[in-house]
Amino acid sequence: MVRLITHNLLACHAKGCTSNNFPLQFKDVAIEIREAEFNPDFLRGFLARLEWGALVDAARQLGDTSLPPEVPDMLDDDFLKSLHHVLLEIHVEEGAMICPNCQHVYAISNGIPNMLLAEHEIG
Amino acid sequence: MSRPELQAPPEIYYGDIEAKKYTNNSRIQQIQADMTYRALELLNLPPDEPAFLLDIGCGSGLSGEILDDEGYTWVGVDVAPSMLEVALEREVEGDLFLQDIGQGFGFRPGSFDGAISISVIQWLLNAETSHPTSSPPHRLARFFTTLHSALRNPSRAILQFYPTSDDQIQLITSIAQKAGFGGGVVVDYPNSKKARKVFLCLFVGSGGAQQVPKGLEGESPEEEERAKFEKRRERIKKREKDGKRKSIKGKDWILKKKELYRQRGKESVPRDSKFTGRKRKPVF
Repeated sequence: MVRLITHNLLACHAKGCTSNNFPLQFKDVAIEIREAEFNPDFLRGFLARLEWGALVDAARQLGDTSLPPEVPDMLDDDFLKSLHHVLLEIHVEEGAMICPNCQHVYAISNGIPNMLLAEHEIG
Repeated sequence: MSRPELQAPPEIYYGDIEAKKYTNNSRIQQIQADMTYRALELLNLPPDEPAFLLDIGCGSGLSGEILDDEGYTWVGVDVAPSMLEVALEREVEGDLFLQDIGQGFGFRPGSFDGAISISVIQWLLNAETSHPTSSPPHRLARFFTTLHSALRNPSRAILQFYPTSDDQIQLITSIAQKAGFGGGVVVDYPNSKKARKVFLCLFVGSGGAQQVPKGLEGESPEEEERAKFEKRRERIKKREKDGKRKSIKGKDWILKKKELYRQRGKESVPRDSKFTGRKRKPVF
């Protein structure tokens, strides 16, 4: 159940991997769409915390191009609806996330990413 | 029975069987629910604002379910795959991660409005291997520093745990302070053996303006209602109310025994009469 909302917050946490470790790149993903409750207040509040460029890229990787490349000044309902869909309704079920810096592979199986590190990677 | 954290590491202790048992035990469900509500109360989030929370050691989602009910969006991490599997079966709403909190989090700074953790961080107090990154102080330091950066400023983290000694509380609070947290320990029902609960209330930011909340005082609600040995007392009372106990060795029993002795050929069995099995007068 990796949704893009959490993917957008997730950086690599292996030892010594401190720069260029975000966003993790998707690979061989299987996605599933599950409807969620639409909550515009939550989205408006959360917008400031998002890394917009990374979110648009990640959505493109998953085949969704409904988001504009820049955050629009006017937050109308259509925009919030598509943001809601991208953030909360696209679930990555299988595949992997790869750190762009250290190439660490975080495998996703059954919707749960394995974030465990080997002993030599612990910071 | 010794504490679970002394028996095996969490990902092994909470295997398939233990995970099911844990989740289906209604007593554990009740305790977890109570502590989750209490933790949310201590978290003191502004009302009517949707919040994004981190559930550390979410397990099978017993606490996550309550976060769902309360309308929070949340992310859960746990180190036991079997527990997460149960959480998937129970279809909780939050995103789940298989992660060892002693290895630190990889979340970007300022990601969460708050964090809760129910009965988890005592698991960090045991070393699994002799590797330096496996020592409890190192794991705690890694946990608290990455948690501190993942939280927004200002925000709170409420971590309920079961310490075995004051030294452990001391160790945990000192490492949390080094990581930049303010706050302290809140003890609910400090005089009760069973209901005593320790919450670590950690604050991010706002220059010590936040006060550590007070723990609940007095006896726990359960214990107030029922005194010790009340059940036994009730049983005895009931017996007394029902009237005299029937004597087991009544006339029928005596006649049966005498008949038995006669059949076995025992000598000098007294003969039966109208006085058999009758009570003597109090004074001869």
